[in-house]
This record gives sequence, structure tokens and C-alpha cells, in this order.
Amino acid sequence: MKLQRQIAGQVYAWLLLLPAAVLMIAFTHYPIVGGFISSFFSTAREGRSSKFVGLDNYAAMIADPVFWQVLQNNAIYALGVIPVSVALALFMAVCVNGRLPARGLVRAAYFTPTILPMIAVANIWLFFYTPQIGLLDQICALFNIPSRSWLGDTRTALGCMMVLAVWKDAGFFMIFFLAALQGIPPDLEEAALIEGTGRWYYFRRVTLPLLMPTMLFVLVNATINSFKLVDHIFILTKGGPDNASSLLLYYIYEVAFGFWDTAYASTLTVVLLAILTLAAITQFRYMEKRVHYR
Amino acid sequence: MQKVEVLGAWLLAFLWAAPLLYAIWAAFHPMDFISRFVLTAPLTLDNFGNAWKVAPFARYFMNSFFLVCLILAGQFILCTLAAYAFARFEFPGKEIAFLLVLVQIMIMPDVLIVKNYQTISSLGLVDTILGIGLPYMASAFGIFLLRQAFKQVPKELEEAARVEGAGWLAVLWKVYIPLAKPTYLAYGLVSVSYHWNNFLWPVIITNSTETRPVTVGLSIFGAPESGVNFSVISAGTLLAVSPLLIAFLIFQRQFVQSFMRSGIK
Repeated sequence: MKLQRQIAGQVYAWLLLLPAAVLMIAFTHYPIVGGFISSFFSTAREGRSSKFVGLDNYAAMIADPVFWQVLQNNAIYALGVIPVSVALALFMAVCVNGRLPARGLVRAAYFTPTILPMIAVANIWLFFYTPQIGLLDQICALFNIPSRSWLGDTRTALGCMMVLAVWKDAGFFMIFFLAALQGIPPDLEEAALIEGTGRWYYFRRVTLPLLMPTMLFVLVNATINSFKLVDHIFILTKGGPDNASSLLLYYIYEVAFGFWDTAYASTLTVVLLAILTLAAITQFRYMEKRVHYR
Repeated sequence: MQKVEVLGAWLLAFLWAAPLLYAIWAAFHPMDFISRFVLTAPLTLDNFGNAWKVAPFARYFMNSFFLVCLILAGQFILCTLAAYAFARFEFPGKEIAFLLVLVQIMIMPDVLIVKNYQTISSLGLVDTILGIGLPYMASAFGIFLLRQAFKQVPKELEEAARVEGAGWLAVLWKVYIPLAKPTYLAYGLVSVSYHWNNFLWPVIITNSTETRPVTVGLSIFGAPESGVNFSVISAGTLLAVSPLLIAFLIFQRQFVQSFMRSGIK
């Protein structure tokens, strides 16, 4: 009787899980595994079916200068956007957590970019970067800096995207720091200040170490974001000029839906997944450590 | 706080608000004033009228609205059932199943565009709203959040309901779901804003006005080829973001707390 009930419970649990499991396998696990397998086959074209080609796609990738270019762009993009947006987020959180005049308004200003769609934001920023009539050039004109095509120049296009990304992300990361700051008892700071500890010293030696778990969470998320979000490229540059502002996922999109080379796109996706997995492992290893210390 | 910090915080707030404020300025003034900031500039609503005429915004809004409702309904149902199984049942393979769910937290369908397109295409769902929504319905994130919430429900409440003769589904409906309401609200807000703003997957799947959500519509409308001027683009952009923006300004606290809650694991 008891065994029967136990088995019934197990069957019931799997039935509850079933609908979610079917969709999750179809749209997460199958594409991961299937994409990996596809990377060893050629793309089926008219009159030619897909056949096993071993590591040919990977050899083609290593020989593809555009692949290296977008990978380098993505690395520069991540290394530029992440430290700046995280540092600004930390500063914002400390300000909004303190006794700041007009605090609610300031917090709303910081957070607003988070809820706007990247496409809408890019539409607005496109005009800032427009040569001559754009705001950036108008400001430059005040200082006698000659007009330039900010998005049409290989030297500045990626930088323009990075500025936009910092603006979009900082307020989002701020709220995680803010949540962590609110968890630090205020008497701690009062006690330290009475003892004559400097504010900067207190921040460095007390606040910052306490924020470390949040910092790691934010860093991993920022890394994932910088490889996952490419919407602004569609509006601002379409990856140009000469792929100067293209990122890995945007290149995958172009290869898959512009050139319809799905095998090569799958090969590129394997690289992207490897990067994301690395970020995930970093976080999981850390979380494991924290559990041990508890 | 020191004066420098206050000034820094305000300057940053100004910079962060500026693009949106600027779009509002451009949208409500004639094209001649897009970079001339004089207080006497005449106000106008023509840009909004033009934007509404140039692009089928009403249709886009309807599509987006339908899309986020469909995804949210799917997520609530699927994730609730799965989270209940993980929170309150013991079954063989539970740990592995949960690990497989966690895979999706790091590798979301957003980056699996190549294979997912093939799947959606073989199901005959290209250019349908269901085709946009389907990959997102079994959300690992939703399962994770709801599982946490269900685990915090005291077992005694469940047992009390059991004694009164309630079955498993009745317990879920009468005990767990009502107690997890704040989690549903938080998850709902994050999900709705995510999918209202989502672009890459919808642009791949849709190719007609009947299915395009607002973001995709906006990208076509804002493209240089469309030939509309910047004032009109600003007006269209404001139209597209207004539902979420107004909701945010009214329910600011809930929004910030929802995003906070969803990040703290």
C-alpha cells in the first residue's frame, strides 16, 4: 500500500514535469546537441544533401578572417563594457543608498534604460551619432572638433556601440548592488565612523568585501549579456564598416540567415556556447565554495 | 555625502535620462528644432500622427500584446507544474533533471537561433506568434524562482489541506499558488518586459505585418530606407516604449524589486 503510493507519487511528479520537459528538450537541449553534430556535416544545398565532413567546418572557421575579427571585437567589447558599467553601477548604488537629495528621481533615471527595448534606444542614439546634424557633432562643433562619421569609421564604430551598452546596462547592475548594500547593517558604518575610520577606507575594507558575491554574479551576467545582446547592431551599423562593429552572435545571424550556411553557423554557435559555458562554470564553482564555507 | 559625490550622482542621472528626454523633445517639436533647444519652440503632435500613419503601430501593439500574454500564460502553467514537482516530490532522476533545467539559465534559446529556426520551420510555425513564443515557454528561470517559493511554504499547511481530503492539484491550487503570489508578480514583470523588448528571435521568425511585434516593426520604421525624418522616428519610438514606460513610472517600486528578486538566487 505504501509502496503503491510512493510509485503513484513518482509517476505523478513526472507527469507534472512532462510538458515543460518536452518544450525544454526541444528548444534548449536538442539545439545544443544537434548544433554540435551539425558542425561536423556540410550544409545541404539544392541538389546536394548534407554529408559528414569531419573537422572541415572548424578548419574553415580557423581560416576565416571575419571569425577572428568578430571574436576580437567581442573581446574588446566585453573588456570595455563590463568594467566600466560595473564600476558605474557600484557608484550609482552607493549614491542611491546614501542620503542623496532627489534620490527617487536619480534612481529612476539610472534604471529607466533597463526597461527600454534596445531597438528603441538604438533609434535614439543613431541620431546622436549622425554626422553634422547629430548631437555629438554639434557638441564637437562648439569645441572646433571637425565633424566625422562616427558609425561609418572603422576606428570609432565599435566604441560607439560600447558607450551605448554601458548606458543600457549600468542601471540594471546597480539594483543588485543596491540590494546587497541594503543588507549591510547601518550600525557597522556608524561604528566605523565613530572610531575615526575614513569613508574611503571603510568602503574598501568593509563594503567592497561584503559585496563580492554580488560582484561575481554581476560580472558573470555582464559577460553573458555582452555575448547575447546584439539588437543595437541591426539599427546602428549592421556590423559594418568592414565588420568593424560586428559581434559573434550577429555574425552567426548573418551566416545562418543571410548566406543560409547553417553548418558553418552551427560551428560558430559551438564557439559561442563554449564561451557561455565557461562563464557558467566560473559561477557554479564559486557557488559551491560558498556552500562549503557556510 | 560629500558635495562632489552628490554632483557626480546628479550629473550621471542627467546623462542617463538625457537620451529619453531628448527623444521626447524631438517628438513634440517640428523637425527644425531637433537640435535647437529654445523654450519658445512650438509644440506639435504631428509627428505622432505621421508615425501612426507610416507604420501599422496598432497592429504591432496587438501582436506584442498577444505575444507577451501567450508566453506568460505558457510560462505560468508549465513552470508552476514543473516547480511543484521539484519542490514537493521525490522521484528517481530528480537531481539530473534539475541540472538539465539549470543548463538553460546559462544557455538561453536566444543564442540557439540556427537549430531553433529549423525546428520551428519543420513544425510549420514560421511567421506565427506561437512560433515566436514556443521556445520561451519552458523557462528554467521561472521553474527556479517558483521552486524556491514553493519550498518556503510550510509543510503543515499542505498536510492540513490533505487531511481535508484535497488531492495534489487541489493542494497546489489552494495552498502553493496563493502563497507564491509575490514571486508570480516579480517573474511576470520581468518576463513581460523581456518579451516586449525582445528582438533577435522575432525578427528571424516573422516576415509579415500580421505577426511582427513592436520591436521588429520599429526597426523597419526606423531604418534609413524608410525615409521618415528623425522627429517622426522619435515619436514612433516613444509610442513603442510608452506602455512599459508608463507602467514603470507608476509601479517603479514593484519593477525595481522584481528585477532585484529575480537576480538574487
